[in-house]
Amino acid sequence: MEKNLNLNLKVWRQKNANDKGKFEEYKVNNISTDMSFLEMFDVLNDRLVTEDKEPIAFDHDCREGICGSCSMFINGQPHGPKQGVTTCQLHMRSFNDGDTIVVEPWRATAFPVIKDLVVDRSAFDRIISAGGFISINTGNAQDANAIPIPKDDADEAFAAAACIGCGACVAACKNASAMLFVSAKVSQFALLPQGQPERYQRVSEMVAQMDLEGFGACTNTGACSAECPKGISLTHIARMNRDFLVAGMSTNEK
Amino acid sequence: MNWVIKMFSSSLGQKFIMALTGLFLCSFLIVHMIGNLQLFKADDGLAFNTYAVFMTTNPFIKVTSYLLYFSILFHAIKGILLVVKNNKARPVKYAVQNGAANSHWTSRSMGVLGTIILVFIVIHMKNFWFEYKFGHEIGYTSYYTNLATGVTVSKEMSAEYTQFNKMEEGMTADENGQYRLVIVKDLYKAVAIQFKEWYLVALYVLCMFAVGFHLFHGFKSAFQSLGLNHSKYNGLINFLGIWVFSILIPAGFAAMPLFFFFK
Repeated sequence: MEKNLNLNLKVWRQKNANDKGKFEEYKVNNISTDMSFLEMFDVLNDRLVTEDKEPIAFDHDCREGICGSCSMFINGQPHGPKQGVTTCQLHMRSFNDGDTIVVEPWRATAFPVIKDLVVDRSAFDRIISAGGFISINTGNAQDANAIPIPKDDADEAFAAAACIGCGACVAACKNASAMLFVSAKVSQFALLPQGQPERYQRVSEMVAQMDLEGFGACTNTGACSAECPKGISLTHIARMNRDFLVAGMSTNEK
Repeated sequence: MNWVIKMFSSSLGQKFIMALTGLFLCSFLIVHMIGNLQLFKADDGLAFNTYAVFMTTNPFIKVTSYLLYFSILFHAIKGILLVVKNNKARPVKYAVQNGAANSHWTSRSMGVLGTIILVFIVIHMKNFWFEYKFGHEIGYTSYYTNLATGVTVSKEMSAEYTQFNKMEEGMTADENGQYRLVIVKDLYKAVAIQFKEWYLVALYVLCMFAVGFHLFHGFKSAFQSLGLNHSKYNGLINFLGIWVFSILIPAGFAAMPLFFFFK
């Protein structure tokens, strides 16, 4: 049932990458419980514009949980208190009247803040460029059933491919580690026949790029998987670890 | 060789090292536990003391022990370096972080728990290992065992008694039959005396909690780091990690100082 909430927001404001930044407090009133978290920010920003103040910058695009843009660290958790959702799918009914909500950007060396709640996640793009693809010359797509793939493998690869690259894993991890993201991207190809020719080169190069970007190492806390809006499993990290070990011992590089 | 260095210096490779040294240290705990169970034997320490001689003189054990010291140092130093590296990955901390919502506290406290264990190992080795090998506080005890009746009589040697070898063994005979004589450095007595101090007992018991919590996460985490995560054997890993390494073994070790304190 729809209710209206009055909330106190503490939002991180930072003019640019070089600004020190600080928290600003805002009171927002009459917020419908049917609104999404981002819509609540829209209401606040409308007000800030009419008050001739700088609206709060935040990333958003599809608003249906598949683009991975809406990176907000809400009350100590990426994408807020609910599991399996992005910020755009987080509804205000998850909060109570009078709550204070602290909103911060992702914090990681590899994700520098651009402005307010917007961070630069191009580190993920560079990891993908390092090997998260299959090199094939395009042409007519071959018949879908020409390559047999066991159903279990296809399902597992699909579960890995569900990763939307939102960065919640990095945000949640106490080490700001990107293992879950990288392992999902490694797994989705490692499980399929099309990914085999470049399998070990791929894992080596993606891990090397991941380290270069300044992400932390893995402590296996499982926070990444628990906070992942797509529920990517830790088994993918284990697969990446295995493949990396095999890559080190079996590739021709000396 | 380049590939070896490259592999083990990567963030994944460093975790392989942590996992391999960690599991080796776990295997040591089992041996240490089984050996030290002889402390509970009501023989005035004959079994434990002869075991201590074996553990410090057997060449195979000696080689393994150097590997063990190396593993402890490597695991600790690598662990500290990883904490430093991981802190660098997030220089600006969150104002609010609700870690309890997504992970177990032990997994987020491995550095702190490990540091407690390292300090404990230093104290523990100073108290027993160093004293036994290099100290002059620990005296000798002789054990006469009547082979016919199996009765052992132990007697402390005088303070002047020193011995080049750690153990003297021999047979003597008198009118009742044959006696077996063993004269050995009495580590058992050193243990019994030290564990009469309440603060040392408290320290040991508390540190065993640290070991239990460290291994509650560490044991299964090591397998994950090595890429061994499969529903076929995860149940076994979890069972061993929780029941054996985080409960049974720490409880067994904690029982030793408590046993001597209340004895």
